[in-house]
Amino acid sequence: MTQLALVIDLNVCVGCHACVTSCKEWNTQGEAGPLSDQNPYGKDPSGTFFNRVQTFEVGQFPDTQTVHFPKSCLHCEDPPCVPVCPTGASHKRAEDGIVLVDYDKCIGCKYCAWACPYGARELDEAQKVMKKCTLCVDRIYDVALAERDRKPACVLACPTSARLFGDIHDPQSEVSIAIREQGGYALMPEWGTHPANHYLPRRRTEARVREEDLQRFDNPLKVDGLLPKPATGEPALDDVTSW
Amino acid sequence: MRPAWSVVLLTTLLGAGQGLFLALYGADLSDAARGRASLAPVFVAAAAIGSLALAAAGLAASFLHLGRPERAWRSAAMWRTSWLAREVIALPLFMALVALYGVLHWLGQLQAALVAGALAAAVCVALFVCTGMIYACLKFLQEWHSPLTVLNFILLGCASGLTAATALAASLDPALETGYGVAALVALALAAASRAASLMRNAGLRPLSSLQTAIGVKHPHIAQKAQGAMGGSFNTREFFHGAGAARLAGVRWFFAAAAFVAPAALLALGLPSAAFLVQFAGLLAERWHFFAEARHPQNLYYQAIS
Ligand code: SF4
Ligand code: SF4
Repeated sequence: MTQLALVIDLNVCVGCHACVTSCKEWNTQGEAGPLSDQNPYGKDPSGTFFNRVQTFEVGQFPDTQTVHFPKSCLHCEDPPCVPVCPTGASHKRAEDGIVLVDYDKCIGCKYCAWACPYGARELDEAQKVMKKCTLCVDRIYDVALAERDRKPACVLACPTSARLFGDIHDPQSEVSIAIREQGGYALMPEWGTHPANHYLPRRRTEARVREEDLQRFDNPLKVDGLLPKPATGEPALDDVTSW
Repeated sequence: MRPAWSVVLLTTLLGAGQGLFLALYGADLSDAARGRASLAPVFVAAAAIGSLALAAAGLAASFLHLGRPERAWRSAAMWRTSWLAREVIALPLFMALVALYGVLHWLGQLQAALVAGALAAAVCVALFVCTGMIYACLKFLQEWHSPLTVLNFILLGCASGLTAATALAASLDPALETGYGVAALVALALAAASRAASLMRNAGLRPLSSLQTAIGVKHPHIAQKAQGAMGGSFNTREFFHGAGAARLAGVRWFFAAAAFVAPAALLALGLPSAAFLVQFAGLLAERWHFFAEARHPQNLYYQAIS
């Protein structure tokens, strides 16, 4: 069984919102019709988005970290939003695990949005139907596109490659390896939704300098009792050769 | 959650209509058990029509909740998994059976009416369970995820319906008034007890989700700096009611007084019509509070705009 998913590397995301705008750009003109905006150039602009980038500050000054946190539908393996839908508009595809809304069946009752703990669904105020991330289902299978372009728009747009896309049920896929080897985790595991999307944690990138990196302990001159020349601290010819 | 007036009206009107029918059928049953035909036909007709009217008003309110009401017919499809679809089936079935019961009774077919009434009563209880389970089945809305939610819908609906039945009996079949009045007081007391139990349960709830589990960072100090939109979104409109703790407490005191204490006093004083109206206002507040009280975990992601 296939379960397509995104893996988002919080260590790499710089919070540029390129995934947000590329997602909106692709999906507002896609087969599912526009993602409507309300008052886009006025006061209190609002609109329908599949993907949002949020920012959190972790820690207290001066010891803080900024975490940019892209959030979209996690395509849960046990999605609570699907069984509650009275019309069957919300469904999870058996072939690739993508959770989709059929905009022609949705009655806009909002029950599925209540049933998603992550706030991943948004009601389109113009069309009055529920919308959410489709993993660009109208891109990823499009044989008219070059193979390398058959990925969700957000993944292609990310300038830092913070977004990986693939099948998390295939142990050899890029996403499975990333989850396994870089500590990939799921959001709100307490509700048993088993999100397919995973996040890779922030890792502190430190240069660790050890004493023996600066001065060779096994310098053969030392073993022979000869003093190396020039002495430590004196300028060397090329800053390398003497020690 | 932000209480939607359509759903507040839907659940209160429906509850009253269902309670009124159960009250009517209860009287009919005990009448039949004691040997027949003392209910005033005009009372039976008024109660059946009243119950139907309340249910129809609830049904109308439910349409106001939909973004695409013209597609409402689709909403029965997933009855195998969705309590909402089950409610969508149970409600018209209930209304049809109540209408059948009323007509048979009016035509003097009392035996047949009893059978139709039994079916209607069964569907009525099922409808209560469906309505309650729509909310109780959402496990991360911890305030709702309890059998007390279903019990409250049943008891509050019965209390409201019995008060309405008392008011109708007062003018149309005075022989029933005392019995209904006592039953209404008992239902009121039971409903007050179970609603108080759910308030107490919810006051002690510890949310399972936190900002730490929401973004998966284990640190006691996390503060949101941006939510991805400056002018609000569906997420800020649908899930926040904007009322502070003081206002919530105010609504709580209001519905304790208006839905329970005042109607009990008015019933005891023999003013059932006033009791029903005051109680209905109280139940609207009670339902508003029911929705406002539920804290959706998605709100963790929308704590600060910038
Ligand atoms: S993230 Fe929300 S909308 Fe997406 S599958 Fe999970 S529960 Fe459903
Ligand atoms: S809003 Fe649409 S997709 Fe969501 S539960 Fe209602 S009918 Fe289903």
